[in-house]
Parts: sequence; structure tokens; C-alpha cells
Amino acid sequence: MSKVIYLDNNATTAVAPEVRQAMDPFLGDLYGNPSSMHTFGGQVARHVDSARERVARLLGADPGEIIITSCGTESDNAAIHSALATQPNRRHIITTRVEHPAVLALARALTQAAPDRPHYRVTELGVDAQGMINLKELEAAIDDETALVSVMWANNETGVMFPIEEIGAICRRRGVLLHTDAVQAVGKVPINLSKLPVDMLSLSGHKLHAPKGIGALYVRRGTRFAPLIVGGHQEHNRRGGTESVPLIVALGMAAELAGRNMQAEQTRVRALRDRLEQGILATAPAAVLNGHPEKRLPNTTNISFEYVEGEAILLMLDQHGICASSGSACTSGSLEPSHVLRAMGVPFTAAHGSIRFSLSVYNTPEEIDKVLAVLPPIIRRLREISPFGREKLAAAK
Amino acid sequence: MWDYTEKVRDHFLNPRHVGEIANPDLDATVGNITCGDALRLMVKLDKAGRIADARFQTFGCASAIASSDALIELIKGKALDEAARVTNDDIAEYLGGLPEAKMHCSVMGMEALQKAVAQYRKQPFELEEEGKIVCRCFGVTDRLIEKIVREHNLRTVEEVTHYTKAGGGCGGCHAEIEAIIARVHGKAPAAKAPAPATMTNLQRINRIQEVIQSEIRPLLQADGGDVELVDVDGKRVQVAFRGHCAWCPVSDVTLKGAVQAKLRELVDPELVVEDVGERLNKS
Repeated sequence: MSKVIYLDNNATTAVAPEVRQAMDPFLGDLYGNPSSMHTFGGQVARHVDSARERVARLLGADPGEIIITSCGTESDNAAIHSALATQPNRRHIITTRVEHPAVLALARALTQAAPDRPHYRVTELGVDAQGMINLKELEAAIDDETALVSVMWANNETGVMFPIEEIGAICRRRGVLLHTDAVQAVGKVPINLSKLPVDMLSLSGHKLHAPKGIGALYVRRGTRFAPLIVGGHQEHNRRGGTESVPLIVALGMAAELAGRNMQAEQTRVRALRDRLEQGILATAPAAVLNGHPEKRLPNTTNISFEYVEGEAILLMLDQHGICASSGSACTSGSLEPSHVLRAMGVPFTAAHGSIRFSLSVYNTPEEIDKVLAVLPPIIRRLREISPFGREKLAAAK
Repeated sequence: MWDYTEKVRDHFLNPRHVGEIANPDLDATVGNITCGDALRLMVKLDKAGRIADARFQTFGCASAIASSDALIELIKGKALDEAARVTNDDIAEYLGGLPEAKMHCSVMGMEALQKAVAQYRKQPFELEEEGKIVCRCFGVTDRLIEKIVREHNLRTVEEVTHYTKAGGGCGGCHAEIEAIIARVHGKAPAAKAPAPATMTNLQRINRIQEVIQSEIRPLLQADGGDVELVDVDGKRVQVAFRGHCAWCPVSDVTLKGAVQAKLRELVDPELVVEDVGERLNKS
């Protein structure tokens, strides 16, 4: 296979060379346990502290507000678990239909009665055709029993961003906790939690050029917290388990780099994404953008090609070393297309042919040009094979 | 990652038999664009009744396209009777095997062939037209499920889904599929718990609410939809569908029927469900 063109950064990212370098000593000589009393172990503790400071700085938070976890899913689970455990009389959760399964599957599981806990009511807010929630609907869903509003900052499939500041204002006014799954937003858009009414926020290392297996949960100072993983005194008794020092150091370095690259994300990456998106929409007939055109991450585009199926497109792109992903049934692990696109009311005919490209600071204009050269013939070829859309496509010409 | 053989990749990337035939003798389509795959098979016969030319058009994933191409490799030049005996296993075998979850692509090939032959002979296509629809999401009949369960000795709902897609949508038909598996393998289906003999109106409303909350909504929500109980008037249950369910083109036949069946099973066999929600018109 020729060189890989990696346009699937919302799935995972390359580990930055600086990150590998930063973590390397902690896989070698500096293997001590930061909790040890001896100098050898204790010396790594300050590296953990400094990594935590770097993560806090990226978020506009205080280091004491950062709990290190193993991944975004753990952060989401910990946040929801804590909100329910600390407010036992509140048994209602508000979330959205387009959340990541880390939130949605848990919320749905909580609606089922179990012997060790009560069952909860869950309101799943719908979205409009552009993937946006309705804030009036959100406010109307809050009642005396609502323990938590958990909504994502940016959608992994479409990149659509919810208005977190306004959502936070509503939650504050109504005295309800707000958690946001910001796994896709952190590092791609500026975040300043010192000025935002957000109580908890999840992030994941491998989405911002750290390795897999590390994440963090921000918990605003003063928010009551009940740990999900109970054990040692690590993370100020908020998350048991010996610290994964190499991965924590890696996350710190990745956060540092993300801060430095924020400007590039907003300018260079956005320009590349726009060039890709406009190029595709201009050359491929019956191609439709999914999601709000402006309120979106700078790196993500999700386009539906009608009358063809996503897996077939991906496999043909793969022949050219181009990595993307699809919301089609054949790639979703089930027989139905993406829950996000369906919630937006994207017709099945278009959802089956949806392709997501997600960029990073490591992508180049040459790579985008290669995709723009290769993709239109692929779509044309698959449409020749497809029994559908002949008349419509001919009429469009 | 794609777990395809070289042969699948080859027939996907370089299909030999894509196209249309003018005035074909046989012409049948199975599947549809909503379900995610569809295959149109066209056949031209020679004077001796042999397959002189065959072409396909397919909407679907790589294995659906490769299975269509393989089907034609297997039937070309054959007499119609002989060609009609090609099975989905023959297609999968020709391709050096298909991933378990993609077996339905080979079944689609077999279905297209049998449908085309049945239409040509002016016989009913029993897998589609006879029997009763079990999986409403993908329009799969009990006939097809029975046939596939018997031929492949399938034992679980998941296996049936891999081969026919049945049960891969809302999941509302899993109990029915289990019953078919039990029937084919000669086991009696488990007895259902009988509903209480008499109920007051209030008890009935409470029970309906309970069943909707704990049995029906989780199923619909897993599929991006939802249902709300609007009113209960005697034995008439008024509901409103939300989200995906509200605009699903088949929601009338599927959801109302499925909700009604569940309520009848668990609450009262005389209940009638009405959809009073406003339909979003999205097509």
C-alpha cells in the first residue's frame, strides 16, 4: 500500500512525535510509583503534577479540577454515576439522541430497573435536520427530579457543536448539573471553563495525539463527586488505581501541543476541510452535506452520496490508502445506518452513503488534492453498478 | 477491518457482469434502497432455454456487489432448471467464503435468482409473496427464515440475522424468530404467561403504561425512535410516535402493529392501538 492518507481523526489520531518523546523516559528508567515515599518513586510525582497542570491550562481550569481516567468512556460513566450518586432523590437525566454510546447506552441502561439501584427516567432530546437541539425543549424537559443534563460539545459523526454556554446558563438558572462529553471538541476549539457554566467535562487523550488508554474528567470545584472506581487515594480519592505515569505525561504533552496548535486548527485545518468539502460538493452530483454548515468543528465534514453504499466507497478509497469512515449500516456494526443521521431525519437512502472525513494538523494540501482526484470516479463507478438514481442523476446533468 | 477474501475483493473491484440487458427474458429486483442493499438481476435466454447473458445492478456493500457477480459466474451458460438450483452456499463458496455477518449478501443473490425464475414461469415467488412478514424492518417472511434455518441448521437469532437480516432492526421480532427456530428444530415454543383474567380500568391503564415504559420504549429508543402514551379510552390505546419512528415510511404497518401485539400479549388481547401523533412529512 502506498503512503496512508489519514482522514479519520475523529476515530483516533497519530501519537505526536513530541508526545512519544515525552513519555519515553517513564517507560524506561523512571518507572517509579508516584505515591512511594522514596525519592526514586516520588520524583515522578512532579511530572504527573505538571501534566495535570498542562491539561488544566488547555481547558482554562484549575489542576485540582482534573481527574485522570483511562478513557473518554470512563469519564462519561464517572460523571453520570457521580451526578446520580450525589443526588439520590433526583432520578431524571436529560441527554440527546445523537450522543456517543458512552453516554447514550449508559442512559438507556439506567432506565431499566436493576436490583442494586432504582431505575431512572431519561429524556432524549431530538435534533433538527442540521443536528441542532432546541433549547426551549431542553428547558421544558427539566423538572424537580432532574439530576443531570449530559450533552456533547461536538458530535463525532457530523462535527456539529451544541451551544454549551447557553445550555449551561439554562442549567445554572434551573439548578441542574451540566456534564458535557467534549471528547471531540477538546484541542479543536478553544475552551475556557473558568468562564463557562459547565460542571463536568470529559476528554480523551487519543483524540488529540496522545496514545489510547488515557482520558480526563473535569469536575468544577465545589461540585460533589462520588468516585466510580473505588480503591486507593489516587486522584485525591476520586479515582482509585495506580497512576499510568507514561500515559499521563503523554496526555500533558498532547494538551500542551493542542494549545499551541489551536490557531492552526482554526485556520489551516479549517481551510483544508473547506477545500475538501467544497471540492467534493462541486464535482459529485447528488452529494449532500450532513450537519449545520457553520456551527461545526473545523476538522470534520460528513457528506452523503445518494444511491451508493458507504462501505463500498470506503473500500475503494482504501485501495488508494485513504482512511475515512461511514455511517452506513454495513459499517455501523448493525444493519441500520448511524443513529446520529437517523435522528437528524437524513433519509435512509442518503444515510447509507454517508462518508465522514476528519482532519488533523498533520494533513497536507497534497493529500486533499489526492482525495479530490480519486473520489469522484469512485462515486461514478459505484453509481454505474447501482440500480438506483439513473433518471435523477441524468436529469441533474 | 474488512475480513474479505481476495476473491471477494476482486469481484467487488472488477465485477465482470455489471450492466443492463435490453428486453431481458428474466428481470427481478430484491431488496430496496431503504434497507441498505438491493440487487436487480437480468437474464437473456437462448433458443434452447440456456442462459445466454446475465447482468446485474447492485446497491450495497462490497460483499453484496461481489455476491451478485459470483451469482452470474455460477449461472451463465446453464439451463434455467440447473441454474435455479444454485444456492447461497454456492455463492459464498465461489467467493472463498464470506464473513458470517455478510452471509445475507449471498442469500440476496439466491433470492434474486429464485424470484426471477418464479416470475418467468408465472409462479408465485414463495419466499417473498407467501407466508407472513416476520421482520418488518427488512421485510423478511417466515418462509425465508424457515428455509434458511433448516438449510443451515441455525440455532440463534443472531445467526438468522447474519443470513437474512431479519431481527437486525428494531428487534421486535426476536421472539418470533426464536419460535421459528424452535419449530424447525422440533421444539415446542415456551408457554406465555397468561394475562390476569379481569382488570379494572385503572389497572389496565397502569399496566399499559408499565409495558410501554419497560418493554416498548427501550426497543424503539434503541432504534432512534420513541413512543408516548397519549390516552386510553376503554380498549383503545392512543399513542404518538416520535423521532425516527414518526417519519419511518413503514411505521404504520410496523410500529402500530408491534406495539399493539406487545400490549395484547402482556395486557389484554382486545386492545386496539391508534397512532394519533402528527406525521412529519419527510421524504
